[in-house]
Amino acid sequence: MNWPRALLTDSGGFQMVSLLHLADITEEGVTFQSPVDGKPMLLTPEDSIQIQNKIGADIIMALDDVVKTTTTGPRVEEAMYRTLRWIDRCIAAHSRPHEQNLFGIVQGGLDPQLRDICLEGLVARNLPGYAIGGLAGGEGKDAFWRVVAQCTAGLPEDKPRYVMGIGFPLDIVVCTALGADMYDCVYPTRTARFGSALVSEGVLRLTHAAMATDYRPLDSSCTCMVCKRYTRAYLHTLVTKEAMGSQLVSYHNISHMMQLSRNLHSSILEGRFPE
Amino acid sequence: MEFTVRACSGHGRVGSLRLASGLEFETPSLLMITRRGLPVVIPPEMLMDLHPDSRACQFTPMHFLEDPLAAVVAKAGGVHKLASLTGFAMVAVARDSLGNEIAGEEASNLGASFETSSGRRIVGLEKYMEVVNACKPDLWVSLPDEVPHWVPEKRNRESVDHTSQWLDHCLSLQHAEHGNRCLGVVVGAGSLEERARSAEQAATRNVAGFSLAGFGLGEDVAQRGFHLEVAIAKLPNDKLRHVCGLGSPEEVLQAVGAGIDLLDSTYPYMLTKECLAMTFPLKMEVPLRNADRDMQPTPDHGVASGFSLAKVNLRSATYGGGRIDETPLVTGCKCYTCKRHTKVYINQLLNSNETLAQTLLEIHNTYHYLEFFKAIRESIKADKFHEFRTWFTSQRVFGMTYDVSESFVA
Repeated sequence: MNWPRALLTDSGGFQMVSLLHLADITEEGVTFQSPVDGKPMLLTPEDSIQIQNKIGADIIMALDDVVKTTTTGPRVEEAMYRTLRWIDRCIAAHSRPHEQNLFGIVQGGLDPQLRDICLEGLVARNLPGYAIGGLAGGEGKDAFWRVVAQCTAGLPEDKPRYVMGIGFPLDIVVCTALGADMYDCVYPTRTARFGSALVSEGVLRLTHAAMATDYRPLDSSCTCMVCKRYTRAYLHTLVTKEAMGSQLVSYHNISHMMQLSRNLHSSILEGRFPE
Repeated sequence: MEFTVRACSGHGRVGSLRLASGLEFETPSLLMITRRGLPVVIPPEMLMDLHPDSRACQFTPMHFLEDPLAAVVAKAGGVHKLASLTGFAMVAVARDSLGNEIAGEEASNLGASFETSSGRRIVGLEKYMEVVNACKPDLWVSLPDEVPHWVPEKRNRESVDHTSQWLDHCLSLQHAEHGNRCLGVVVGAGSLEERARSAEQAATRNVAGFSLAGFGLGEDVAQRGFHLEVAIAKLPNDKLRHVCGLGSPEEVLQAVGAGIDLLDSTYPYMLTKECLAMTFPLKMEVPLRNADRDMQPTPDHGVASGFSLAKVNLRSATYGGGRIDETPLVTGCKCYTCKRHTKVYINQLLNSNETLAQTLLEIHNTYHYLEFFKAIRESIKADKFHEFRTWFTSQRVFGMTYDVSESFVA
C-alpha cells in the first residue's frame, strides 16, 4: 500500500454478524459462503491471525464470536465463552508478537455479568490493548453507554480501549468521556456517498433542494480543501451524479472526523473536555 | 490571447499559446476531460502537480444548461471559480465526448440537438451563448451543427449553412470584455467540397481559431485525412486549430500531422474504465525487447510489455497460477501512481472493487498521454515528426496497454 503510517487490521469477526445468513459458526471457526464464487470458506482463529501476520499491520484483532446485540438467550453466553477460548488460539497462532499488537475483543452482549466474565478473562491474558465489541448493532443508546462504561471501568487504565464500529460524532464524544481511545466506522464515507456532509451543527443533506441556492461552504469552521474551494450549491449538483461528488464529500467528512479527534485530544490535555 | 507558431515539421507545428489569464503553454496540447467542471476521478487538488503540462481542460457547456448548475456557475463567476481551477485553461467544447452519439438528424434553424441530463433537446443560440458567457471559458467553440459523414447531401449542406450562421450569431452574442476567444466550427463531413466551403466561410470571421467537427464518427481514416487537409488548407496559418472527436494515439498523430494544435481526448479515461494502463513506449531510440517481437498474443496472456486488449471480468475470482508483479505500471514513469504503487496492488484494488484503482490508473494514463504529447512536440521541434509517427504506428502492433485486471498473484 505504500502507507508509512499506522495500520490496523480486523479479524473478519464482524462479517459474521453482517453476513450471518451465510455463516455457520462452530468451535473450529466460521464457515462463510464466499461472496465471490459461492464456495464454502472456513475461517479459523489461526487462519485469521496468520493472514493478519502476513499483512503486517501494527495492531491486529483477535477473531471473536460476535452476536447481534438484539440476540437473547444462551447464544450470547456461548459466544462470550468461545471468544475467550479463541483468544488463546489467537495468541498461540500469533507469529509476530514483537512487531504486531494483538488486541482482544470484549463480548457478552448487553448482559453485565457476561461482560464481566469476558473482561476478567481478557485482562488476565495481559494483551497490549482491548476492544469493546458487539455493540453498534441496533441496541438502544442507554444499553450502549452502559456497556461501554462497564468495559472501560474494567479494562486497564494504561492500555488502549477501542470501541469497534462507532462513527457517529456524538457517540465518539460520549465514549471518549467514558474513557475510550479508538474508534472505526464506515459511517463518514458511507454517508458522504449518499450525499450527507458532517458539519458542526450536525448532518447536512446535500441532496435537499435548499442546497441548490446555498453558496456557503459545507462547514464555515472547517479548513479542509473542500470547504476552502467549493460551495454547498455546487456540491449539491455533483452528489449522486458524479463520482467526484462522493469523493469531495468523503474528503470533507474524513477531515471533519480528524478535526473532531484533534479537538477531543486537545480539550482533554487542556483540561476543558467537559465544556 | 496570443498564439505563435514556433516550429514546423511537415504540416505539424509547435506553437505557444498565451491566454488572457497569463497562462502559457505549448501546443499541440492535450485538453483533459472534465464533467460538470471537474475531472472525472482525479482529485482536483492533485491536478496541478499531476504533470508539468497538466494545465488545460475541456468542459461541455451542455452540462451547464439547466438549473441549478446554470445558476450556480453564473453566481460563482465562471467555471474556473466554480470548480476552483483558476490557473487552468478551460476550453468549452460543445460535443460531450464522454457522452453521447451525434445522430445528426435533428436540427432546426434555431439550434442543434444535444443529449443533456434531461434527455435529447434542441439547444438554441441564445441559450448556448448564455451558458458560454456564464462559464467564462478561456476558449469556446461556436454552436455546431455537427453531422456524421453518412447523412444525405442536402443535410450536409444545411449543416454547413447552419454552422456558419450560428458562428456569426454566437460572435454577436459574445461578451466583449472577454475578448476574442471563439473557435469557429468547420463542418462538412460527407463532402470535401462542403468541407472546403465551411472552412472558407469560417476563415473570414474574426475568431481566435477554429474547431474542426464531424470526426470520430466512424469515418474512413483516409477520408478523414483528406478532410483535415482540405479544411486546414483554407484556414489561416497563424490561428489555433482544435479538433473534437479524435482522441486515440493514431488519431492524434493524424490530426497533428495535418496541422491541429488542440485535442480533447477521452483515450486515457477509456483505458481506465477498462482497467487498462497505458504503457506504449515514448522514445524512438528505445528498441523493443526481443520478447515482445516473439510473443504471440493470447487473451489471458498478461505480460508487462503491454499486451492484451481482452476484457476481463473484474468480479471473477483468481485467474490461477501467476506471479506477483511488484513493478510499477511503467518502469521509470514519474507519475504519482508509478512512484508509489505496483501492478499487483492496483490489481488487488480492482478485485476488491475499490475506486482508488480508477483514480490511480487515471492519474497514470493521463500522465502518460501528456508525455506522449510532449514527445510529439519534441519530434516536431527536431523536424522528425514524420519519423516519430511512422515509428509509433509500426510498434503499435505489439500492444499499447497493460491489463491490470488480470491477476498476478498465485
